[in-house]
Amino acid sequence: MKNLNFKLWLFIAIAFVFTMHSCKPKNANNTISADAAAKVYVAPGKYDEFYNFVSGGFSGQMSAYGLPSGRLLRVIPVFSVDPEKGYGFSEETKPMLNTSHGFVPWDDLHHVQLSKTNGDYDGKWLFGNANNTPRVARIDLKTFRTAEIIELPNSAGNHSSPFLTENTEYVVAGTRFSVPPDNVNGDVPINTYKKNFKGTLSFISVKKEDGKMELAFQIQCPGFNFDLSRAGKGVSHGWFFFSCYNTEQANTLLEVNASQKDKDFILAVNWKKAEEYLKAGKGKKQSVRYAHNTYNEKTHSATSEIKTEVIVLDSKELADLCYFIPCPKSPHGCDVSPTGEYIVGSGKLAAVIPVFGFDKMIKTIQAKDFIGTFEGIPVLKYESVLYGEVKKPGLGPLHTEFDNKGNAYTSFFVSSEVVKWNIKDLKVLDRVPTYYSVGHLCVAGGDTKNPNGKYLVAYNKITKDRYLPTGPELSQSAQLYDISGDKMQLILDFPTIGEPHYAQIVPADLIKNNSTKFYKLDDNKHKYASIGEGATKVVREGKIVHVYMTAIRSHFSPDNIEGIKMGDDVYFHVTNLEQDWDVPHGFGIKGAANAELLIMPGETQTLKWTPDRVGMVPIYCTDFCSALHQEMQGYVRVSPAGSNVPLSYSLGTNMPKADDDDKK
Amino acid sequence: MKKTFSILMVLTMLYACGGEQTVATDAVSASTNDPNSNPTYDPQRGEGKFTKVEVGAKIDEKLVKSGTKVFAVKCSACHKLTSEKLVGPGWKGVTERFKPEWIMNFVTNTDAMLNKDPKAQAQLEICLVRMPNQNVTDDDARNIYEFMRKNDSKK
Repeated sequence: MKNLNFKLWLFIAIAFVFTMHSCKPKNANNTISADAAAKVYVAPGKYDEFYNFVSGGFSGQMSAYGLPSGRLLRVIPVFSVDPEKGYGFSEETKPMLNTSHGFVPWDDLHHVQLSKTNGDYDGKWLFGNANNTPRVARIDLKTFRTAEIIELPNSAGNHSSPFLTENTEYVVAGTRFSVPPDNVNGDVPINTYKKNFKGTLSFISVKKEDGKMELAFQIQCPGFNFDLSRAGKGVSHGWFFFSCYNTEQANTLLEVNASQKDKDFILAVNWKKAEEYLKAGKGKKQSVRYAHNTYNEKTHSATSEIKTEVIVLDSKELADLCYFIPCPKSPHGCDVSPTGEYIVGSGKLAAVIPVFGFDKMIKTIQAKDFIGTFEGIPVLKYESVLYGEVKKPGLGPLHTEFDNKGNAYTSFFVSSEVVKWNIKDLKVLDRVPTYYSVGHLCVAGGDTKNPNGKYLVAYNKITKDRYLPTGPELSQSAQLYDISGDKMQLILDFPTIGEPHYAQIVPADLIKNNSTKFYKLDDNKHKYASIGEGATKVVREGKIVHVYMTAIRSHFSPDNIEGIKMGDDVYFHVTNLEQDWDVPHGFGIKGAANAELLIMPGETQTLKWTPDRVGMVPIYCTDFCSALHQEMQGYVRVSPAGSNVPLSYSLGTNMPKADDDDKK
Repeated sequence: MKKTFSILMVLTMLYACGGEQTVATDAVSASTNDPNSNPTYDPQRGEGKFTKVEVGAKIDEKLVKSGTKVFAVKCSACHKLTSEKLVGPGWKGVTERFKPEWIMNFVTNTDAMLNKDPKAQAQLEICLVRMPNQNVTDDDARNIYEFMRKNDSKK
């Protein structure tokens, strides 16, 4: 009874809120219902229900948000240096950003994918793609750190990546820009595109136990743009689908020249068949150069190895490996339904959303119901593979994810909306506006076999007036929708880092209990670690000086160093002796050309410093660590080259006879 | 209008709580408690898993050896073996001032004791740096205690 009274009261209150609002001029706020605040409210000290891993686009990073609150939890550095974490600045992390082109400090990360077991997220790893200098990264979800990066030869613009199979057997990487292969002379006229340019699809194997990646094989395909991709699952496990555009094979003004044909292609790849060909020795070894970088948690150091060989399968020569499904028009997303039965193509310029049936595709292949071949690859008949078309869905369809009730959600860039439709009868059920011009969208578990279907996030390309203005540059807007009911309901706006493309929403329980709290000193195998203050020292090797230093609340050991000379390169190897959660120390030294360090408990990190002038140089802790943090400092004395000041170091003993020292 | 909405929000949240007990975090509630008024709190023993520590008549050199290693890695940065204070108090005489249970509880259950133990809090007022929880194992806590005994046995 009491409940009922309350609900009645609540209803009146909500109605009142609505009435008040309706007096205002029409704007976006009208679409917000009064219970939105309660739906996204996560009380202080309470946890969100979901992690939302979001690509950082042109920032080259990833970010982790809590949902439904929209709280930013962490920016995970992946393909760009990150001064907040010292990533790419410390000597230990620099090799992570090494490539066959050398050190690349800033890339463009488009898509994130969580590792899967049996088609569902398993909470172990996150994968991300570097779009510019083609690479795939693996992030360890115990530490939220980049554990491994592998470069991709024969590729340029690694866009259809890093999509993965239902047991994370493979992570794929399809090249957006076709280019002449790395082992031939690429110094050819650009207008020989059709003859000389090739599109390469890379298959990276992932070791089940530790996630270790290897470039297993590549498939060489006709030269056009490979855009996005999804693996088959359930009934279609064993296949991969890639959307292709510029099948016109234009090499200039693609805006016009790659939009000529009514239909481009979705490429269906039978990767089980590829494995057979590989086993039968049908692959050709090709000489290439690519970097493979791994971070070792025991040595707290990354290593970069240049590899020189890849095995390539030729789609032209090997039957039953690849098939083209015609798809209108410049398809972007090609998304596979939870059961794996349907493949949804989203033609950026198309007026319909074609939905292909996997069983129909198999039948079409078996019946050899082809309309021809393209560079040796059979082209299936559109009508034979088609399950049906969603009519008049909106303008500019891009991406589709799924819920647990048989519905699909497609983003529409041009008409700036998310459209919900039923997979079986292809009827549009609901549409909501986005603010503004949605690109990617993400449903909780929306690319798995068992979507959660509670929330949807729209990642918008245009922000304009959604937040307080911050000059010409604005952070990107994301919008959270409650999709548990029949109608989608906008419940939250939140700003995001960089320009998010794909994202993933995963129940927090899968990840939060496995989170590493600190690194054990006992396990620290860093070459220059000081395990305990007794192990600290300063060692000169010619013009190189190694400082074995420790940090603990609230001092460095040693904190007085003399005898450094001009012309020296000084390496500060700082070990954080703390053994508790969330007690990092920082390390800064004046004039260091590559910034600072941040050292987690039990970890060792190294800053290289080359003194550029004679004098007294302070060092200090840059991360507030304790009540006496401001006391956590020291001095390094720099003398001229050839000076006879002996190398010395100390802690807690003022250099003897300080007064006399002046007279020396 | 806003006020109405706030009230609504608060009520909604209260409603959502539905009689669930509000659990304050240990840190907050503990620091406001007076342990002297709590008859279950034994200031001689402190709070933690150690209730009764067996200490031999003679010093166990094997334990001392292990304790020495732990001291070097996890303790020596802040504690001297004399009575001189560094970051934390010097260790000379510590086994005379505290029972083994108190010491071993303090090094393994540091945060909880800093929040409620009068002697630990008195030290904090002097040192002003909360002793870090160095994740010392139960065995190592015993080893450190034996190392302290050895240190105190030296004249």
